[in-house]
Amino acid sequence: MILRKELHDPNQKLTDKHPLDLTTYNVNRHLDRKNREIATLPVNPTTNQAKPLLSAANLTCIREERLLFDQLNIEINAGDIVQVEGPNGSGKTSLLRILAGLSQPFEGDVFFNNHAINTCKEEFHQDLLYLGHLPGVKGEMSAQENLSFNLALHGANDKEVNTEAILAEVNLTGFEDSLASHLSAGQHRRISLARLYQSKARIWILDEPFTAIDKQGVQALEQLFKVHIAQGGCVILTTHQDLLTFAPQQVKKITLDYVFE
Amino acid sequence: MPSANLSYRAVFALVLKRDLTIALRHKDDIINPLLFFVIVVTLFPLGIGPEAQTLSRIAPGIIWVAALLATLLSLDRLFKSDHNDGSLEQMLLSPQPIFILVLAKIVAHWLITGLPLILVAPLLAVLLHLNEQSYGALMLTLLLGTPILSLLGAIGVALTVGIKKGGVLLSLLVLPLYIPVLIFATSAIDTAALGLPYSGQLAIIAALFFGSLTLAPFAVGAALKVSTN
Repeated sequence: MILRKELHDPNQKLTDKHPLDLTTYNVNRHLDRKNREIATLPVNPTTNQAKPLLSAANLTCIREERLLFDQLNIEINAGDIVQVEGPNGSGKTSLLRILAGLSQPFEGDVFFNNHAINTCKEEFHQDLLYLGHLPGVKGEMSAQENLSFNLALHGANDKEVNTEAILAEVNLTGFEDSLASHLSAGQHRRISLARLYQSKARIWILDEPFTAIDKQGVQALEQLFKVHIAQGGCVILTTHQDLLTFAPQQVKKITLDYVFE
Repeated sequence: MPSANLSYRAVFALVLKRDLTIALRHKDDIINPLLFFVIVVTLFPLGIGPEAQTLSRIAPGIIWVAALLATLLSLDRLFKSDHNDGSLEQMLLSPQPIFILVLAKIVAHWLITGLPLILVAPLLAVLLHLNEQSYGALMLTLLLGTPILSLLGAIGVALTVGIKKGGVLLSLLVLPLYIPVLIFATSAIDTAALGLPYSGQLAIIAALFFGSLTLAPFAVGAALKVSTN
């Protein structure tokens, strides 16, 4: 795991002269360009993975004329769990959407196995499971129909999959045939999370997966993440709560923190 | 890795089945455009008067304009609800090619809105005293023309799906594209009423149909990517 937050240092004098310059980072401001280049060398020499599973170079994201992050370099290897942190509006969802290829960054590229994701879309999508903050569950279909459609769309073989067993994993036994519109927000979230139990994708990008999930549910999910990273996958998630069952040093963090001046 | 590649046919069937299931459970999607079509067409004899000659003169135009507006009314549903609940993102991120997903959704839309219109059109034509010789032309133009409305409309919806109130913009974008279909379809029906061959107009509508069938799914796919950006 090599994770660096590279911070573009807008000309110091300039920012000082222009208090209206909205976005400035509160860390690493003293680094000059030369130092930053040194910092891009692998920080952790014990990492034996030559190829990061997912990496991003020089990502810059501008939303509503506001700079959310700038010159962000990320390398995520198999076996990593990465938590993206930051206050509301700091660009966590934007970063995840860029990593998933849903949004285009203002500048920079995202690489899957060292290939730009635009050039190997199909392979990347086969190895990617992205759950946004919308559950993607249709109210007109039952829990089971929703799950089996989502699984089939992402390439699971219909006959091999026991959707009832998967729904039991997320505590939806007895709700298989209920229309999703009759279920609660947490249960919607559970239907979409149920895909994790069947997923063969190595890269999981999860935007606020714990929203509306009860305590036991969160623990079960953390357990699932552990199994997944042990099997050589990686998890990138945003959440405002701490991952309780993980040791702090186990979780890599990307902190998006800009300050308004 | 498991083979995540379903055949194109399997993906097509999967999405088609899902959209039809949703539409059948959410019957508004089917009833609304159909009801609109029937109401508009039946109001004309009341407003204009029951003279058979006048009605049969304007019948092709009324039926086609009503069909066009009914389709426009239903277009919004094509991607809007999928966009609002996040399933559109999931489709774009699936390893399946987007054009096949989009094509399945458009076919489902046509089966839900276009096909019922075609089925009730002859009844409404009787109401409007449509010339007897024109029925064949009416059915053929509707059969070839309504899929064009769904296909071209889908491009407009895909472009405006990310906009909160895209309804007005959608009409402005899509209606000009519908006008050639309207002109050639009504002209074919008028020509048939005179007992003349109308294969020329029909050929042009067919060309529009195959053109949009092959190109629209790709345009829609590209537009959706822009809209979800």
